Amino acid sequence: MSKNKKRNSSLSEYPSLSELNRREFLKTAVATGIIVVSSGCASQYAQNLTEQREAAATTIANEFMFAYISDSHLLARGKEHRFAKSLIKAVEDVNAMDPQPDFVFYGGDLAQLGLRDELSLGKEILAELKPKVYMMVGEHDWYYDMGEAWREFFGNPTYSFDYKGVHFIVLNSVIVEDYWTQSKMAPMERMLFMAQLDNPKGKPFTVGEEQRAWLSNDLATLRKDTPIVVFSHSPLYKYYKPWNFWTDDADEVQKLLSPFSAVTVIHGHTHQVLTNKIGNIIFHGLLSTAWPWPYAPQGIPKYTIQMDRADPFNQLDGTGWGKIDTLSNGNINMTYMPWTRNPLPVSYEKVVAITEPVHGPSY
Amino acid sequence: MKIIHSLFFILFVTLFLIINYGSDDRNVVNARDMAIQQPAEKSVQIVTACDGRKKVIAEGCYEGEVMPETKARQVAQLLMSLMEFCEDEITAKLPESESTIYVSVNGLPFERVRDIEELPLILVHGDKPHPERQQRIWKAEMDRLIAEGYELFHDPALGGNGVSCDMCHPDASNTHPETYPKYQTQTGKVALLRDMINWCIQNPLEGAVLADDDLRMKALETYIISTRSGKTLEPGKH
Ligand code: HEC
Ligand SMILES: [Fe+2]
Ligand SMILES: [Fe+2]
Repeated sequence: MSKNKKRNSSLSEYPSLSELNRREFLKTAVATGIIVVSSGCASQYAQNLTEQREAAATTIANEFMFAYISDSHLLARGKEHRFAKSLIKAVEDVNAMDPQPDFVFYGGDLAQLGLRDELSLGKEILAELKPKVYMMVGEHDWYYDMGEAWREFFGNPTYSFDYKGVHFIVLNSVIVEDYWTQSKMAPMERMLFMAQLDNPKGKPFTVGEEQRAWLSNDLATLRKDTPIVVFSHSPLYKYYKPWNFWTDDADEVQKLLSPFSAVTVIHGHTHQVLTNKIGNIIFHGLLSTAWPWPYAPQGIPKYTIQMDRADPFNQLDGTGWGKIDTLSNGNINMTYMPWTRNPLPVSYEKVVAITEPVHGPSY
Repeated sequence: MKIIHSLFFILFVTLFLIINYGSDDRNVVNARDMAIQQPAEKSVQIVTACDGRKKVIAEGCYEGEVMPETKARQVAQLLMSLMEFCEDEITAKLPESESTIYVSVNGLPFERVRDIEELPLILVHGDKPHPERQQRIWKAEMDRLIAEGYELFHDPALGGNGVSCDMCHPDASNTHPETYPKYQTQTGKVALLRDMINWCIQNPLEGAVLADDDLRMKALETYIISTRSGKTLEPGKH
C-alpha cells in the first residue's frame, strides 16, 4: 500500500478558465446547474453560472463530473447472462454521455464468486469505456482467492490520487477477521459464506488497522480545506449489521476524516439510493447494475430519499448507474440514473437542508 | 408387550360390555351433554370406564341387545385411548352411521375427530397448555420444513442461471407473504404467494415453475411466511 502520487495543493495546477473551451464549459455548467436548481430554466442558470465563474475563476476549478458504475456481480456465463447485459448497458450509457465524464469510478462487486473468469469478463466489458476507469474492490471480488486475481487485473485496492484539486481516496473496506483458517474452509466455501448477505454467521467488514494507518498518513500533509472524496465498498458507517451494510471501524475512519471541511464518502454494496450525513461527512450509496436491494428493516439514515419499491416484472427496475458533479465548494451533487425511472438528483444543498426523515415507500 | 397388554384390555372391556349391556341408563349422560342428546326413539348404550370419568355413548345400539362385535371393539379401543388422559372427564359419542367420533372434554362442547389417533389433538384443547413433548414435535416438524425452504431459497439450483432468491431478498425481505392473495396489476389477476414465487423462479432465476403441490413449493412458502411471523395479515395490500 504505497501512496502512488504526491499531490500539490497549489491552485496553479488547476486548469484556468481560459484554458477551457467555452462550449465545453457551458455543457459542464448545464450538467451541474440542472442538479443544483432542478428547475426547467437550465440555460438561464448556465448563463448565471458562467458569470459567476468568470468572477471567481480560481474557486470553481474543482467543478467537473465523473460517472459511476457498481455492483455488477458477473457470473462466468458469458455476455448473454442478464448481469453481463446490464453491465454492458451501463458501459454503453456512460459512453453515450455528452459531455463525457472526466473518469468512471467502479464501486466493487464486479464478480459474484470472485472467480478469475468472472473478473476477466468484467475487465473485458469495462475496457469498452471511453473514459479512464478507477477500480474499487468488493467482497464478492475478494474472498475466493483473497484478491489475487483482482490485484492481478486491477492493481492495488488501496490508493489515492488528486484530480483538479480534489483528493480521492480508494479503500478496501471489506476486510473481515479470519474465520476460515481455523475452520479449514475451502476457498469456494469461504466465498459463498461471504457472498450470502443474510448469513447469520457473517463477520462485519472493516477498513482495518493497517489501512487506517495508511489513511492517516495519506491525509497528514493535506490542507484542511482540501476537498476529499473517499470511495469505500461498504458504507463507512453503521446502517444494518445483519446484512453487512456496515463497517465495524467506521467511527475511527470518520474521526480521521472529520478535520477536513469538505468530505464525501461514496460507497457501493448497498444496491440502493442511500444518503447519510454524520458531522460534516456526507455519504452516498450507489445503484447496482444487477439488482436492487430492499431497504433494511431498521437503521435507514434520515437523509435518505428512498427509492420506490422495484417492479419484479421489470428486470431493470431499481438498477442503473450514476454521475457525480464536484462543486466549487468541494462538495458533490449525486445524480442516480435508474434505468426505468427519472434521474434522481441528490444535491449537496438538498442533503444539508434535510432535518426530518424523508418518508419512503409503504414497504 | 404393549400389544399383549392391549389385547387383554380389549378382551376385558368386550367381556364387560357383553355382560353389562343395558345395565346403565340414560341418566348417566350428564346435563352438559343435553345439547347433543339424541331423540328419544334413537336408543344409545352408554359405557363407562372403570375410573368413572370416561364414557362412550354408542348410538344406534338398543338396550338389551348385544353390541355388534366391531362396535364393541371400537368402543373398547376408544375407552382405552381415553384412559391415557387420567385427569380428564371425557365423554365420547359414536354416531350410528358415521365413522366420526364426537368428544367432549371436561364439559366443553363436543368436537369431532376423525379417528382415535387424533384424540390427543382435541384433548389438549381441554383448557390446558399443550404438553411440552407435543410442542417439541410440532416445532421440529415446522423447523424441518422451514430449513428445507431456507436451503432452496439460498440455492441457485432452483433456477438455471446461477441466481438464487436470497441474492435479491435477504432474509426473504420484500416478499411480503402477508399481503397475498392480491391483485397483480402486471398480470391482471389475483395472485397467490406461490404464483409470485413461480414468477421469480421463471424470471430472475430462469428456472422451471414448480407445481402447486410440489414439496419444494410448500417448503419455500413455509420459509417465506415464517420470516413474517407476527405481522398483520393484509391480503390485497400493495
Ligand atoms: C434479481 C432479483 C430477484 C431475484 C433473484 C428474486 N426476486 Fe423476487 N422479487 C424481486 C423484486 C425486485 C420484487 C419486488 C419487490 C417489491 O415489491 O418490493 C420481487 C418480488 C417477489 C415477491 C412478491 C413480493 C410482493 O410484495 O409482492 C415474492 C413472493 C418473491 N419475489 C419471491 C421470490 C423467490 C421465491 C425467489 C427465488 C425463486 C425470488 N423472489 C428471486 C426480485 C428478485
Ligand atoms: Fe454488491
Ligand atoms: Fe458487496
